[in-house]
Amino acid sequence: MAAFDIYPEYEIVRNNERCTNCRVCEKQCANGAHIFLTDKNRMAADDDKCVNCHRCVAMCPVRALKIVKTNHTFRENLYWTGKSIKEIKRQAESGGVLLSSMGNPETYPVYFDKILLNASQVTNPSIDPLREPMETRVYLGSKPDKVVRDEKGRIKIDLPLHIKLSMPVMLSAMSYGSISYNAHESLARAAAEAGIMYNTGEGGLHEDLYRYGKNTIVQVASGRFGVHSRYLSNGAAIEIKMGQGAKPGIGGHLPGSKIVGDISKTRMIPEGSDAISPAPHHDIYSIEDLSQLVYSLKEATGYTKPIIVKIAAVHNVAAIASGIARSGADIIAIDGFRGGTGAAPARIRDHVGIPIELALASVDKRLRDEGIRNRVSIVAGGGIRSSADVVKAIALGADCVYIGTAALIALGCHMCRSCHTGKCNWGIATQREDLVKRLNPDWGYKRLVNLLNAWKHEIMEMMGGMGINAIESLRGNRLMLRGVGLNEKELEILGIKHAGE
Amino acid sequence: MREGMFRNPSGCAISGIFSKSGKRFSGRQIIESIAVMHERSNGLGGGFAAYGIYPEFKDHYAFHIFYDDIYAKRECEEFLEDHFDIVSFSQIPTRKLPEIKDTPLIWRYFLAPLPAKLADSQQDEGEYVIRCVFRINTGIKGAYVFSSGKNMGVFKAVGFPEDVGRFYRLEEYEGYCFTAHGRYPTNTPGWWGGAHPFALLDFSVVHNGEISSYDANRRTIEMYGYKCTLQTDTEVITYIIDYLHRKQGLDLKEICSVIAAPFWSVIATRPQKEREELEYLRCVFDTLLINGPFSIIVGFEGGMMALNDRLKLRSMVVGEKDDMVYVASEEAAIRVIQKDLDRVWSPKGGEGVIVTLEKGSA
Amino acid sequence: MNVSARRLGSRILNDEIRRAEEDIIIEDCFGERYIGSCASSITITINGTPGNAMGAYLDGATIIVNGNVQDAVGDTMNDGKIIIHGNAGDALGYAMRGGKIYVKGDAGYRTGIHMKEYKDKRPVIVVGGSTGSFLGEYLAGGMIIVLGMESEACPVGDFTGTGMHGGLIFIRSSTPPANLPKQVTVSLADDLDMGSMNEYLMEYADTFGLSIDEILRKPFYRLAPNAKNPYKQLYTIY
Repeated sequence: MAAFDIYPEYEIVRNNERCTNCRVCEKQCANGAHIFLTDKNRMAADDDKCVNCHRCVAMCPVRALKIVKTNHTFRENLYWTGKSIKEIKRQAESGGVLLSSMGNPETYPVYFDKILLNASQVTNPSIDPLREPMETRVYLGSKPDKVVRDEKGRIKIDLPLHIKLSMPVMLSAMSYGSISYNAHESLARAAAEAGIMYNTGEGGLHEDLYRYGKNTIVQVASGRFGVHSRYLSNGAAIEIKMGQGAKPGIGGHLPGSKIVGDISKTRMIPEGSDAISPAPHHDIYSIEDLSQLVYSLKEATGYTKPIIVKIAAVHNVAAIASGIARSGADIIAIDGFRGGTGAAPARIRDHVGIPIELALASVDKRLRDEGIRNRVSIVAGGGIRSSADVVKAIALGADCVYIGTAALIALGCHMCRSCHTGKCNWGIATQREDLVKRLNPDWGYKRLVNLLNAWKHEIMEMMGGMGINAIESLRGNRLMLRGVGLNEKELEILGIKHAGE
Repeated sequence: MREGMFRNPSGCAISGIFSKSGKRFSGRQIIESIAVMHERSNGLGGGFAAYGIYPEFKDHYAFHIFYDDIYAKRECEEFLEDHFDIVSFSQIPTRKLPEIKDTPLIWRYFLAPLPAKLADSQQDEGEYVIRCVFRINTGIKGAYVFSSGKNMGVFKAVGFPEDVGRFYRLEEYEGYCFTAHGRYPTNTPGWWGGAHPFALLDFSVVHNGEISSYDANRRTIEMYGYKCTLQTDTEVITYIIDYLHRKQGLDLKEICSVIAAPFWSVIATRPQKEREELEYLRCVFDTLLINGPFSIIVGFEGGMMALNDRLKLRSMVVGEKDDMVYVASEEAAIRVIQKDLDRVWSPKGGEGVIVTLEKGSA
Repeated sequence: MNVSARRLGSRILNDEIRRAEEDIIIEDCFGERYIGSCASSITITINGTPGNAMGAYLDGATIIVNGNVQDAVGDTMNDGKIIIHGNAGDALGYAMRGGKIYVKGDAGYRTGIHMKEYKDKRPVIVVGGSTGSFLGEYLAGGMIIVLGMESEACPVGDFTGTGMHGGLIFIRSSTPPANLPKQVTVSLADDLDMGSMNEYLMEYADTFGLSIDEILRKPFYRLAPNAKNPYKQLYTIY
């Protein structure tokens, strides 16, 4: 086979008139795409190694670099695309499963983009959110079926434990190990500053971050890494991870090479040993077993923490969610098929699961049909890109959303989707000391807080337009939504009317 | 097109009169009061609720039913005979007026649930009656029960409220409480069932405003067995009040703290006990918060409640004279029937004004 | 000239007022709307309860009401005077640009909402009793004075001065209002402030037969927009 069977996807374009051979690009590129040719006293590039992460472009002091998508092509057609041809060649060469990162990039419908919001005209007033009271506070947790009174007739204040959020957004699970310490610290501090929650993911909680406990959701996954009694009681809530939108039905594997130093300590496994998260929880082979894990965690924490059960949005999601609601869980998190990941087999990521909009709508409806929607809160995640997505998700029926990818972009991620290589040039999805320090938590958390504040303003603006001044009045308020270009079935599942109706 | 097939935002006028001593008075005053606010209606709906008007049948459910035709009547009466002991029935007396057109058949029945059927249903009496009303309204084509309480009745039609009052000869009834509604819908439903008040058992609601939380409220209340067939704000508000009162056992003041919950920032300033209770109610019944502009008058057996939304986006005035309490969208609608008031004020947003019969009265 | 509002109805009554060249006394008023709309010279005296939007766009005339008024009185008023020997409803003086409104009793929600000033025009509202929530909401200019003559506590509701970005609010009270937005500053009125209120307080006391000493017996709090902390939406390039 030829040495250069597959042409690189991106080309590094260097303006040699500007380049001063300062070699910054070489130092910045963990992939080794920039090489200094000593004999010729000039820089050269190895396009094969470039992942288009823009680190060199951003750091080049003389703006001598740009990365372009190559215009070299296979003789592709609409069916046999260059992508298909390339993937077959790669697998023929290696015999391996294609590995990928971040969310599903394929051309499936994006329902958020086919839903439009309402605004008040004449029959009731819109509200100026900047100056009038506008409430975005959310409480997540189970609500009692019946008000109970004491012998004196006073209402018993026996509200089950709740998570209190200043706005309906939380930072979704990303483990220490899949992302760096500095990324984790940024998430924790941003959550604390914004009055929301971040999620440890399944890799345990670093000792130094225990102080952000009030804003922390601690996760328990099938690998149980770093799970011990202090960890459980330190969070504001506990999340049982049953599945993940990017890889439903698939476990996790952090290679032993990454289990070093603090990560080994935090995960409580020896250095160099692989961290394997089994595909299922091996104490849960059926719905009644879930209840056992929920209550064992409640027992372990003296019934002081609400329990979240996180599942991937799969075909039968409504029935599964209904089962979860009856298993003692306080909150159900549903992760749609656009959700991100640090590493997932490409075929799984791109072909398994369903869109969050449809999953959310059908779960919300099913729980209402069964009269148990008040028993659980719903958190929707997996591909939330903007405050408009948040508002639409809430009107479809979510109490709150999880954001992951958007949070990482705020921290500096450039969406090169190469997290699985562990060589993240932006210091996020890497454990290499020299790379990690590129992300400064002091400004990282501020950028994330900025993003949250901006979204909060936008959410309030959209609520104000609808004449709604409390976020709970938006929840499940599907009359505020209209579909465009959707068929009858899609509208039926989303529970919305078509625009113009 | 009929009410319930689409959503029909309306503006409106409301008025209510209540005698705390239980002294019964004629329906003439309430017509006069609502007529003053003619400009707040557009002739597409008017109606009244009257309490204490059927003392001779006070232990029986008084069903007021619209029929499109004689077949609907026959089918509905079969259903009623199957489920109730019909103590008395008659056509509701009306007066022919040029302003009131397309009159349906309007009948009244005084009913007691059949004991055996009630026992079989394993429901309490109220729930049994409500289920029967739902079954007629959704199951029998051309029949619509628009009033189902004891010792009270709703009278409504398409037209201006003052004409509707004359049509029903309201001045010939005597009660201790009357409420009234003049409707300003944005669409023309042309169906009598869509007029207000909306009533369920002895609860009746007249309402002004268009709420922005409608679908959040509807989808929550439908979870508890209610069916919002009319798609009106008044219907969903009535169900919410019925649910919170009859099924959750909340008193009216607590109901106000749910449907017109104070802002979190206001709750935070309240004393601890009150704060905890307000937080609790707002958390537990969060999606029953009624958002956007509304003013309502709720009539019920032995009492009346007036309430504004928490931002007080609709106007409402309360007046008192001796044992009489008056509520209206505009003060003029009170002054026109009682010039000399002992006290007149506008309740704050979210502050329910609740009046009940004094002990020992009627 | 004496007319009966009840007999004439809104439309004819307002026609009569438009045509009137002498002062007019209206009896039997029960909710007739838009009375004195745009009126510029005469004095209109009303006995009864005039309807909504009384004195809307008022342009120099004087309206005296012996009784309570309803909502949106003095809406977009440009000049003139409205004297109310009773209470006022919601949104009193909405977007008023000039002239004076004196209320003997209480006023409802959103009193003086979006009042503004322009060139020599400077609107003034004085309320003798208390007001509902959202007093001076979006206030852009002019002066609102709340006296709370009968109140022990601060005579205003919640969310006072929400969106205020101009003008002044003076509240006669021993304590300042609670929970003011951070875009509003509060301080005790100084001599200069008292001087600027003097003309109106004297006229107010005179109109309703009150003692100016009694009015000045309690301190006044002054609410002004906080120039250092304006409302600002954070916009960014798209």
